Amino acid sequence: MAQETKTSAEGSDEILLSVKHLSKYFAADTNFFGKTTSVLKAVDDLNLDIYKKEALGLVGESGCGKTTIGKMIANLYRPTSGEILYDGKDLTKLTENERRAYCKDIQLIFQDPYASLNPRMTIGDIIAEPIKTNKLLPKDKIEERVTYLLNCVGLANHHRNRFPHEFSGGQRQRVGIARALAVEPKLIVCDEPVSALDVSIQAQVLNLLDDLKDEFGLTYLFIAHGLNVVKHISDRVGVMYLGKLVEIADKHELYNNPQHPYTKALLSAIPNINPRVKKERIILKGDVPSPIDPKDNCRFCSRCYQKLDMCENSPYPSMREVAPKHFVACHLYDE
Amino acid sequence: MLLEVKNLTTKFKSKKGTTTAVNQVSFHVNEGEILAIVGESGSGKSVTSLSIMGLTPGEVSGEIIFKGEDLKQKSDKEMQKIRGDKISMIFQEPMTSLNPVHRIKDQLMETILTHMDMNKEEALKRAITMLDLVGIPSPEKRINDYPHQMSGGMRQRVMIAMALSCRPELLIADEPTTALDVTIQAQIMELLYRLRQKFNMAVMLITHDLGVVAESADRVIVMYCGRIVEEAPVIELFETPKHPYTRGLLDSIPKIDEDKDRLFMIDGMVPNPLHMPKGCTFSDRCDKCMDICRQMMPALVTDGNRSVRCFLYHNEVEVSE
Repeated sequence: MAQETKTSAEGSDEILLSVKHLSKYFAADTNFFGKTTSVLKAVDDLNLDIYKKEALGLVGESGCGKTTIGKMIANLYRPTSGEILYDGKDLTKLTENERRAYCKDIQLIFQDPYASLNPRMTIGDIIAEPIKTNKLLPKDKIEERVTYLLNCVGLANHHRNRFPHEFSGGQRQRVGIARALAVEPKLIVCDEPVSALDVSIQAQVLNLLDDLKDEFGLTYLFIAHGLNVVKHISDRVGVMYLGKLVEIADKHELYNNPQHPYTKALLSAIPNINPRVKKERIILKGDVPSPIDPKDNCRFCSRCYQKLDMCENSPYPSMREVAPKHFVACHLYDE
Repeated sequence: MLLEVKNLTTKFKSKKGTTTAVNQVSFHVNEGEILAIVGESGSGKSVTSLSIMGLTPGEVSGEIIFKGEDLKQKSDKEMQKIRGDKISMIFQEPMTSLNPVHRIKDQLMETILTHMDMNKEEALKRAITMLDLVGIPSPEKRINDYPHQMSGGMRQRVMIAMALSCRPELLIADEPTTALDVTIQAQIMELLYRLRQKFNMAVMLITHDLGVVAESADRVIVMYCGRIVEEAPVIELFETPKHPYTRGLLDSIPKIDEDKDRLFMIDGMVPNPLHMPKGCTFSDRCDKCMDICRQMMPALVTDGNRSVRCFLYHNEVEVSE
């Protein structure tokens, strides 16, 4: 799909990071000799381009592999196979030293603001740490930079000497954002940054992320399961199901004109905030099947309500462009 | 009227002082209706439901009248007979509310055997019927499973089956879909809706998800810092929210069918329950705050089918205990 997107992309769109045939398998079971007997395919042969200064949303239900992709891009997991191209280099084949330099450009914001900050460090130290480890600034300049970063995320300077437990969830998430910004990244992988927060705090953090994107010219890979949140923040949205990307398009195109049966069901499941509107809902039968040793066919076909005869036995459908920049992997759209 | 709660107050004592988690809350639930209680963390919505069930370690005062009888006067033994029979509850975490070392069968049958005059065989039959009713495929096989063999959605279904096995008249559902994915959430809400109609049972739906409320509730109560700030029928609440907090909540949700560059924000955060601001508890976050709001707590004033606690609409002050 990567090539297809490239040719269809407008000339002005510059690719920041490109993921090619990326897979991550985990050993689900091993035999007596330690040989893997069954494989959990968390991410399977996935292609994705992230353009400069865009916010790309990734949605999907638990276990679809969206977090695994984020972690591979942020260099926290080593992919089983495939390439992550950034700045002409394959991030999966870097030496340890090169890796450190590139890691700086790609930062991560975590879902759980309670677990992702060291409880024994002050907020100031937490934010200063990545600057020190990357030797970005002389010692006397660090303090100034921390003050600036605290300001950027809407915290006051006197917060720097406090510990994480003294903060609420929303404030901790702000600290996490400040820490990610400290090394002047190009791409921030936001892994469910607001799902642990209350509605009123969620709006504050979303607005902050929006402002910072404009201010620092950031690119986001925004991973979440809340479809309304993803639509608000993203420019393009990709839908994942069991380790595969099933559909990707501009957000308006995707939300107004979904093509894949799974995307349609997912969108119809969102509760409507208007009590007068009773939505026509596609209720999917059953649960997401196990990602352990999946068959080679379309992963959604066990729950699909538009299943064709061929879906059961054909290989996984390839990505097709059904409208400009709108790609779907479904046999319904095969020529 | 099935349930009437009058001046319910629940206090927790700690070394640092006394916290009032629920403060003079009064409301009622009619037969067969879905009443939603909405609020953010710390608003007291869960403590309200636990207080009704007599399951909180805190100090509870006020009246809880269920079908003409005050539940607060009941002994522990009498309450045990009511819980799971007339009033049932489903919890947020289907992962932790089932006993991991017992089969689904034993857990389901326990409820039935405790409350109903049935022998084991009949109870087993009933349990299988219930599992079938909540949409678990091949229930006669799955009933022998342990909880860890089931997915989150299935476990929540088992919880619902258990809660409904004695045909309760009131079901308290505390965040029943929060831990679940959207497509599973749609399944579960559909199921609750269908079962309510089938058994004509009343549901008290406790949630922070306004989308779920808009779709299922008949009447809504909004809570903030342990108090009810607004009560209204669902359409009125969503179309003409009165309290600035309700309005703020509705505006701060990104809507799927609307494009906005910026979301509305409620400034600040929920105050520390040990250091509540003077006057209205929402005053320091309110965009319509007046001088009087910082001095006095407004009363919850009812006008027709709507109630609101805000000086923008009246000037009655709450009488403290």
